[in-house]
Amino acid sequence: MEAFLQRLASRLGRDMPTFVERPQWKHAPQQTVFQGYSQDELLAELKKQCTRIHTTLVETNTAELQQTIEQVIDAHGGGPIVVANDERYEQVGLSSFLKREDVHVWDVSLGRANIEAAEKANVGMTFSDITLAKSGTVVLLNHHNQGRTISFLPKTYVAIIPKSTIVPRMTQAASIIREQKHVPSCINFITGPSNSADIEMNLVVGVHGPMKATYIVITDC
Amino acid sequence: MAMKINTGEFHERVEKGIHNTFMRGAVAGAQERLRTRRLEAAAELGNWEQWRALGEEIRKHTLENLDYYLMQLSENVKKRGGHVFFAQTAEEANDYICRVVESKQAKKIVKSKSMVTEEIHMNAALEKLGCEVIETDLGEYILQVDDHDPPSHIVAPALHKNKEQIRDVFQEKLAYTKTEKPEELALHARHMLRHEYMTADVGITGCNFAVAETGSITLVTNEGNADLVTALPKTQITVMGMERIVPTFEEMEVLVSLLTRSAVGQKLTSYITVLTGPRDEGEVDGPEEFHLVIVDNGRSDILGTEFQPVLQCIRCAACVNVCPVYRHIGGHSYGSIYSGPIGAVLSPLLGGYDDYKELPYASTLCAACTEACPVKIPLHELLLKHRQTIVEREGKAPISEKLAMKAFGLGAASSMLYKLGSKIAPTAVHPFTINDRISKGPGPLKAWTDIREFPAPEKERFRDWFKQRGEE
Ligand code: SF4
Repeated sequence: MEAFLQRLASRLGRDMPTFVERPQWKHAPQQTVFQGYSQDELLAELKKQCTRIHTTLVETNTAELQQTIEQVIDAHGGGPIVVANDERYEQVGLSSFLKREDVHVWDVSLGRANIEAAEKANVGMTFSDITLAKSGTVVLLNHHNQGRTISFLPKTYVAIIPKSTIVPRMTQAASIIREQKHVPSCINFITGPSNSADIEMNLVVGVHGPMKATYIVITDC
Repeated sequence: MAMKINTGEFHERVEKGIHNTFMRGAVAGAQERLRTRRLEAAAELGNWEQWRALGEEIRKHTLENLDYYLMQLSENVKKRGGHVFFAQTAEEANDYICRVVESKQAKKIVKSKSMVTEEIHMNAALEKLGCEVIETDLGEYILQVDDHDPPSHIVAPALHKNKEQIRDVFQEKLAYTKTEKPEELALHARHMLRHEYMTADVGITGCNFAVAETGSITLVTNEGNADLVTALPKTQITVMGMERIVPTFEEMEVLVSLLTRSAVGQKLTSYITVLTGPRDEGEVDGPEEFHLVIVDNGRSDILGTEFQPVLQCIRCAACVNVCPVYRHIGGHSYGSIYSGPIGAVLSPLLGGYDDYKELPYASTLCAACTEACPVKIPLHELLLKHRQTIVEREGKAPISEKLAMKAFGLGAASSMLYKLGSKIAPTAVHPFTINDRISKGPGPLKAWTDIREFPAPEKERFRDWFKQRGEE
């Protein structure tokens, strides 16, 4: 490493710096996007964007959440379902949903069996930690109780989005993540289902990951 | 040189490209669509020029302090339990990767798209070990199944193939029985690849941007293949060109936005994944072991020279999608995995003038590439610099521009070159322009103007010409 970096320093015509201060960038166009928007306005933008990314957005509230989720799952052909082991499910009143026979809750003690469950699942469901209005993106800060494959292996991906998590764009997510003491080993920015245009530029949805994506926004939370 | 594709002389390759009618149609169509989408995406932002200025500023600052940021990156990767290897050459990189693979006794490797692994010919090195290396990006997978047909476009590698050809290849190699519908073909690939992810020992990825402050790497895809490549196998190896780095998450997000808008006209692609180290304690998926291989392979020779701006490149292919020469000759003619204007600038720098001295002439110097570049690399000026260097070194150009333009089927281009070259590269040419004619310039320019014959400017403006060509 020494020789490699020394070579760069000498190509740059100086010694290797011991500290570099990040400059104040002259331009900051990213900061002005949806500046001062209310949560309602941000939700309206998120909705607009979803029509462009092959993603259905459903609005509901905590009282009707379970019913909405069940409808969405039925519409996509039912279970099996794989979900994160996430205390937020209880907070939004979904404890009884988790007890459904066809729901697999991520369980570290089962090891690789979780991945197999995700592989067989029809629906994978997680909460969005940060939601980006501009691009229609959900951000997942994964951890041991929320495996990475929940959002990738099942045929359908469902994100539960508390309205309070909506921010203008990736800029806000970047600063939230920078503030964390421990950056998660895997952060997903997911914007609709998997797709490819590699065959004659035709858009094909569902190449490796989910073939369908639905966002369920909880408006009172 | 490992980044080299295709044998045969430059002229023959061009000749082949021009006569491949399907390829030319596909390239023109794709260029048109990608270019339109990029322009719409830029217009939608409203302040595109500010975004570009920010992108340029970030990239410049990072390159000027590349040694520092790479050290910071490496320390932070190690803090998170990852391994870092600095590879000066392609051989060193391949040796290290092979050692890791051998130590795992790995047989099956899944891989997401990465230009730098193509550049160092990593697959061949691994195959020599007896490993099976499976490309998972749909475009790359198609090429691989078709006996390693080389890629022709940076973001759409299988652009030169039509769906019937793909169906035939799948029928022959993958026991495929359905039609040439893209959905059915993709579904078959999905099915085949799902099995490969689940059973692979090692996953190998490239790196769109590494984040120095946290030791993270960012992967940008629409397919999500990089996610499965990194989530399922026990060992992950990420290979990055040493310049693909940013200071913090804040710069990463700006460059990701520039990349996705410029490459495919999307605000963000479906999947952007930021990985930091191996999996954390208690996690079930994600790799147990993470290796980051940082590759120089000729890049440091570019640092500190007048060509340094080329290292700002984020591989979005926006320049490729506006290039009239690329449109006519297709990606394969460049003889390098890096095609289009960026390829014409980068290939001679990484691969040497001996193999790539014609490429700087594969340009009309119309500056459309420079205008399109989201990080403001002065591509056409760098092409001019190459020509000057080549002429200085060899005493004459390897190919006259008139001939080159003729070979590209761009008859009108040489007058256009003069007109636009003098208009858009005024710093390079202007001092020697008298009465709209370029006189013999002193020094390097002399040799350059000597081989140039500047016809009188034609009435037709480039944009009209390009438009007309586009409608052909
Ligand atoms: S040179 Fe600029 S436009 Fe071309 S691929 Fe690189 S970043 Fe994109």
